[in-house]
Amino acid sequence: MAEISIREVEHVAELARLRFDTKELEEFTNQLDAILKFVSKLESLDTEGVEPTYRAIEIVNCFREDRVEPSLPIEDVVANAPESENGAFVVPRII
Amino acid sequence: MENMLDYNISTLRKLLDRGEITSEELTKGYLERISAVDSRVRAYVTITEKEAVEQARKADKRIRQGESAQLTGIPLGIKDVICTRGIPTTCSSKMLENFRPPFDATVMDRLYQQGAVMLGKLNMDEFAMGSSTENSAFFSTRNPWDLKRIPGGSSGGSAAAVAARTCVASLGSDTGGSIRQPASHCGVVGLKPTYGLVSRYGLVAFASSLDQIGPLSRCVEDAAILLEVVAGHDRRDSTSLPRPVPSFAKACRKGLKGIKVGIPKEYFIDGVQDEVVTEIQKALKVMQEMGAELVDISLPHTEYAIATYYIIATAEASSNLSRYDGVKYGFRAENYSNLMEMYKETRAQGFGPEVKRRIMLGTYCLSAGYYDAFYKKASQVRTLIIEDFKGAFKDCDVIAAPVAPTTAFRIGEKADDPLQMYLSDIFTIPVNLAGIPGMSVPCGFDQKGLPIGLQLMAGHLQEEILFRAAYNVEKGLGLKAQWPQLD
Repeated sequence: MAEISIREVEHVAELARLRFDTKELEEFTNQLDAILKFVSKLESLDTEGVEPTYRAIEIVNCFREDRVEPSLPIEDVVANAPESENGAFVVPRII
Repeated sequence: MENMLDYNISTLRKLLDRGEITSEELTKGYLERISAVDSRVRAYVTITEKEAVEQARKADKRIRQGESAQLTGIPLGIKDVICTRGIPTTCSSKMLENFRPPFDATVMDRLYQQGAVMLGKLNMDEFAMGSSTENSAFFSTRNPWDLKRIPGGSSGGSAAAVAARTCVASLGSDTGGSIRQPASHCGVVGLKPTYGLVSRYGLVAFASSLDQIGPLSRCVEDAAILLEVVAGHDRRDSTSLPRPVPSFAKACRKGLKGIKVGIPKEYFIDGVQDEVVTEIQKALKVMQEMGAELVDISLPHTEYAIATYYIIATAEASSNLSRYDGVKYGFRAENYSNLMEMYKETRAQGFGPEVKRRIMLGTYCLSAGYYDAFYKKASQVRTLIIEDFKGAFKDCDVIAAPVAPTTAFRIGEKADDPLQMYLSDIFTIPVNLAGIPGMSVPCGFDQKGLPIGLQLMAGHLQEEILFRAAYNVEKGLGLKAQWPQLD
């Protein structure tokens, strides 16, 4: 049985802010299906009561003094923006 | 000076400090070498000729004043995923083709403080996703030992440049094997340090709980010197470990007597090329003759590592790469009528197929209803893989195994089958999941003359013992001076 349908792939693409044409959708569905079938082998492992690991080192929180320090100049920050104005990023109108 | 391209860092240090060669001569020698052979190897995305010569002149001044540090005047190459102020940092992606970072990564700060010279930025799989450097949006890098073959990846440019001798050494990054696998395929040394040893500040993020920067070099000692310089606590990276950096070069010089080398049976399985096994066994024998004790060990969850990795790494990647929205930096599509369309068109046109595949897989694994079945499950299996290593290191100091199941494959051979490509990372992934250090050391060649790498792994922050083992293997095998013919 397929792990994932074209409709699901369309939905995930929406969540991921990606767009695919029909041919790409089909190709991605097949490839993702094969990968998902492969990773489903984890199901065969009993992990009842096993703590998940989200990072491989034992540092918990890393605090610093709450002190004002120099930041990058605004002109450097926006220098790479596709569009900027008066030190702000410009995006298409949203309201 | 004749043969100046042959020397390792410690020899160059002596020659530079004695005034027998200048950094400017050396740097220009490397730039000439790049123009002579890089059109065939294609390791460099950007060559920073002008800056390199300026840095070399500054280094020469510093050397003349008697103030040289370990890397003063040494020409290096940098993987194009590491931010360099004012110099394009593309991640080999159309998305960042014109991105010039407004800051230097911490590793660059440390190299520049030493007066190192940067020759340029090195090609990679787009956003470090891949095992062959074929996923670069610009061009494929070739393996200097056979130009029809891949150099490995994702740090393919970093490994190929060292092998082609178009830099003394380089920096790469390793999320699932991206330093060790290309190092193995190109016959150079490559180290993924303990997670947290080297600052990730300014390393463009792929999978933040797995990414580490590390050195690629011609010999073990060079890797030790380079790591000593770039390692150490950095308050700009909250996962950076607050711990003094020992002398790795010094650690190299201790013998192997009394070291226990673990051999995991799960790494010597069907599908591993015969010659890979033979050459690794030869290396193990050499270690034994030098006083090491070989012990059989088991890492029982190895077979689940790839599945675990491709859930965790893609989940983290889908989140990290959401920043590429056409607003703050990088590419923005031209055809859109509202904000949502701008996001989608920008990402559809800016990312290549493998990056999209991983964003899709990661988004799916994190989406409502699937999180527990995929991401949580994988994070639990990650714990089991870590437990495997903890158990094994009770019986041994170092683990020895292959880096990759085969030597370098042909360009195009696996390009259409992503799953087959993922499987080539089978032996390198567990180290990243566990956050421990792993190194690839050249240990021989197959019948086609393609290099084979021995992988050495050690416990958290046990780099010293890793260097000690690697240095002795290298010395015992005496393979140091072989380089591909490109002239």
